[in-house]
Amino acid sequence: MTGDLLDLTAAQAGQRVRAGELSASDLFEAWRERAATDSLNAYRWVADAPPPEIAAGAPLGGVPVAIKDLFCTEGVPSAAGSRILEGYLPPYTATAVEQLAQAGAPMLGKTNMDEFAMGSSNENSGFGPVMNPWDESRVPGGSSGGSAAAVAAGLAPWAIGTDTGGSIRQPAALCGIVGLKPTYGSISRYGMIAFASSLDQAGPLTRDVTDCALLFRHMVGRDPLDSTSTGLPEEVRLPDQERLDGLRFGVPPELTRGGVDPGVAAVFEQSLRHIEELGGTLEEVSLPHSDQGISAYYVIAPAEASANLARFDGVRYGLRAEAGDLASMYEDTREHGFGDEVKRRIMLGTYALSSGYYDAYYGRAQRVRTKIAEDFRSAFERVDLIVTPTSPTVAFGLGERTDDPLAMYLSDFCTVPMPLAGIPAISIPGGLSDELPVGIQLAGPAFSENRILEAAYALEQAIGFDGSGARG
Amino acid sequence: MGAAPVADALAERAYEPVIGLEIHVQLSTRTKMFCGCELSFGEQPNTRTCPVCLGLPGTLPVTNAEAVHFGLMIGMALGCEPAPRSIFHRKNYFYPDLPKGYQISQYDIPLARDGRLGDIRIHRVHLEEDAAKLVHAGASGRIHGAEASAVDFNRGGTPLVEIVTEPDVRSAAQAAEWLRLLRVTLRQLGVSDVNMEEGSLRCDANVSIRPAGEATLGTKTELKNMNSFRFLERGVNAEVARQEELLREGGAVTQETLHFDPRTGALSPLRSKEEAHDYRYFPEPDLVPIAPTEEMLERARSALPELPAQRAERLESDMGLVPDTARLLAFRSDLGDFFERAAAARVGDDSKAIANWIVGELVANIGDADPADTKLEPESLAALVGMVREGTVAGSAAKDVLTTLVAEGGDPAEIVEAENLGAAGGDELARVVDQAMADQADAVEKIRAGNDKATGAVMGAVMRATEGRADGAEVQRLIRERL
Repeated sequence: MTGDLLDLTAAQAGQRVRAGELSASDLFEAWRERAATDSLNAYRWVADAPPPEIAAGAPLGGVPVAIKDLFCTEGVPSAAGSRILEGYLPPYTATAVEQLAQAGAPMLGKTNMDEFAMGSSNENSGFGPVMNPWDESRVPGGSSGGSAAAVAAGLAPWAIGTDTGGSIRQPAALCGIVGLKPTYGSISRYGMIAFASSLDQAGPLTRDVTDCALLFRHMVGRDPLDSTSTGLPEEVRLPDQERLDGLRFGVPPELTRGGVDPGVAAVFEQSLRHIEELGGTLEEVSLPHSDQGISAYYVIAPAEASANLARFDGVRYGLRAEAGDLASMYEDTREHGFGDEVKRRIMLGTYALSSGYYDAYYGRAQRVRTKIAEDFRSAFERVDLIVTPTSPTVAFGLGERTDDPLAMYLSDFCTVPMPLAGIPAISIPGGLSDELPVGIQLAGPAFSENRILEAAYALEQAIGFDGSGARG
Repeated sequence: MGAAPVADALAERAYEPVIGLEIHVQLSTRTKMFCGCELSFGEQPNTRTCPVCLGLPGTLPVTNAEAVHFGLMIGMALGCEPAPRSIFHRKNYFYPDLPKGYQISQYDIPLARDGRLGDIRIHRVHLEEDAAKLVHAGASGRIHGAEASAVDFNRGGTPLVEIVTEPDVRSAAQAAEWLRLLRVTLRQLGVSDVNMEEGSLRCDANVSIRPAGEATLGTKTELKNMNSFRFLERGVNAEVARQEELLREGGAVTQETLHFDPRTGALSPLRSKEEAHDYRYFPEPDLVPIAPTEEMLERARSALPELPAQRAERLESDMGLVPDTARLLAFRSDLGDFFERAAAARVGDDSKAIANWIVGELVANIGDADPADTKLEPESLAALVGMVREGTVAGSAAKDVLTTLVAEGGDPAEIVEAENLGAAGGDELARVVDQAMADQADAVEKIRAGNDKATGAVMGAVMRATEGRADGAEVQRLIRERL
């Protein structure tokens, strides 16, 4: 019985609760027990008590949700994968988490992640790496690796994460699930422990596109506590189109050729055939500046991070090193509290903002960012969506890239241009290569989530990906 | 040229101070700059805080619309051009009074720029947030050497407007004078308590000197912590003198920040966050630009009262007051308001006389108190001044009447009547003068011999006899008539 229950998609389970065929508390309890069996290090914390009562008509039907540890949750550990925040209990809850709870998706647990969302493999967590449920010797991707692994392994019905340069889409791809990075501003950032404020955006990680649309629908909204939030101009629809007739798909050579593994390329080609079979048309579009995306990203994101992480100084919360004077207290706290990758990016960002270097680095990166956004704008004058692989490779081995930060950074080259342009993109499973999932990315203009979800749904039906291989 | 002439030339050279002021004004909005906490007025430490102003992880700032409104009002009152789109920056430095590790401020695109107040040009006006307050335990009273330091975040996040002048000030006295004008202007706007002792008005000065008449600027130093007008004047004077001595001795001024010690009047280099710091400014990604709509601008414009400088001008040109009196009445709006009510009560043109009575006798009587809080009615003052003009009461007696009016109120004519303070005149005064001249025969002889000063003795006798009710000029006339 429990096994069957956990095989349901979140949307299906919610429907049963709303139809009175299933009790929300039984559902929560089943998932709580399942989450507690986590052996992937996907969770940092699992709820130890039933949630407050779910309102009978709640649209999400009480299906619990796993929350990336980056979201602040009142009275529940929220460390963003960092030792510097070990044991920190926020006095308030992030808007997105609060909205989901209100809509009937109570918190199931907090998921592991790369420290402060800086990483593409989850190996930068201060609390140990997460393992990929398809192959436990491999990484789940990052930074939302815990959320992706939990959903893929059937340790959570659905989850939320955050994406700054690919942190939802890349782990979704490597774990064989669906991950959406929405338009910047569509979901409140209030309560998300900031990495790079102008790029960070929350989004769902789910088993299928329908779950993705359903969860996303209840995350969006203009929040008076986040002045950069806009909400979405239209209601999120649950997709039901099975055809792609009339939709024009752009294939950018810059993001689909050099550096993409042959196995990934093959699955990608297959997806393009599916698109054509469903009535969509393919067209080559150029994104000439997208190959500079990684460079611009690794200036802008660390620059913002260097300021965002300054508050972790040992004065008010989290770790404090005992030291003789103020400067030593700052230094020792940050020396012991931060991991290597975080320190590396703080140094990069501090340098990029320094007097005399600002224009050469930060200023120039912002100009590249503008160019990348313009590239997308002109591409979307010709096509409705852009399609690329999500990650140039399948899940790589634990430890394989930890000594080579540049190789690690390049994991994100297909996903970085979209957040730089503020536009939405989804990753859906396209198939397997060497028994490992390959993600297909669909990107559209700002606020085109409904179009993206419809197309992703049609493609998903045609692909017929079976993710049960990762669920224990 | 040998060394000695050079030294002489240095010693004789006249220097001119060049001073720019940077003023921080705490706005009296209801809530803080970027969160919903109410502003603090001496509450228990850390009781006016929230996750946002404590800089807790995940929190975001939201710009206070009232602070923007006040900022626009200040910009307009100072004749600045509001920017169509100004942005916030992060100013990065580590200090325990700064919970985020950066201060949200404005940098290259401030709220308003290019204005003027009085004879000083305004460079810019921008919005920012105040830091928290540090309390250091231990003998030093500063963070270095403190046994422990505590942070009170009540003040953290209080809205500040920073006003930066052009280096147009040429003396310490002018700096203090101008700061008074700024304070009264801000008070008139109702946007701040503008209290220097309590820190709601803070002034730093950038001071340099240059050979008089030259156009280039010398190396400047920044003076901090001058928390009164007197200290500002003393601090700037001390710094100008120090720089002059340095240059006369052939030395050079080094750019540094100096801390003014009000107890000793000494200036000492500030070992602080200021030194050797690169603030790594960059645009604050958590906030959207301030783009005032026409509606916001109009609301700010229509909220502007008549400002002291304008009022002084009007009192001078429309009511014929001398500049000093006009400014005094304009800068103390309570006096100005009382004056205008009194002047309006009179048909005759007593404005100048009324103004003189207010800035002279009335201020002597009531000090800093608001005349509207006394028993004196503006109409009574106008009536009294009219009686003096008509000669029905002598000036010296009128002062006594004013004292009574301030303390007890009432009608001046009735007081004059009741206390028999009416001017002595006619037959009565003629008789008194005759008697006085008879009694002071010696003095009268001297007057006849051309000694005008001797008139005083006769005058004194008349005043004694009339208990001050006689009009001096009339007595003079009567004496001359009888010689």
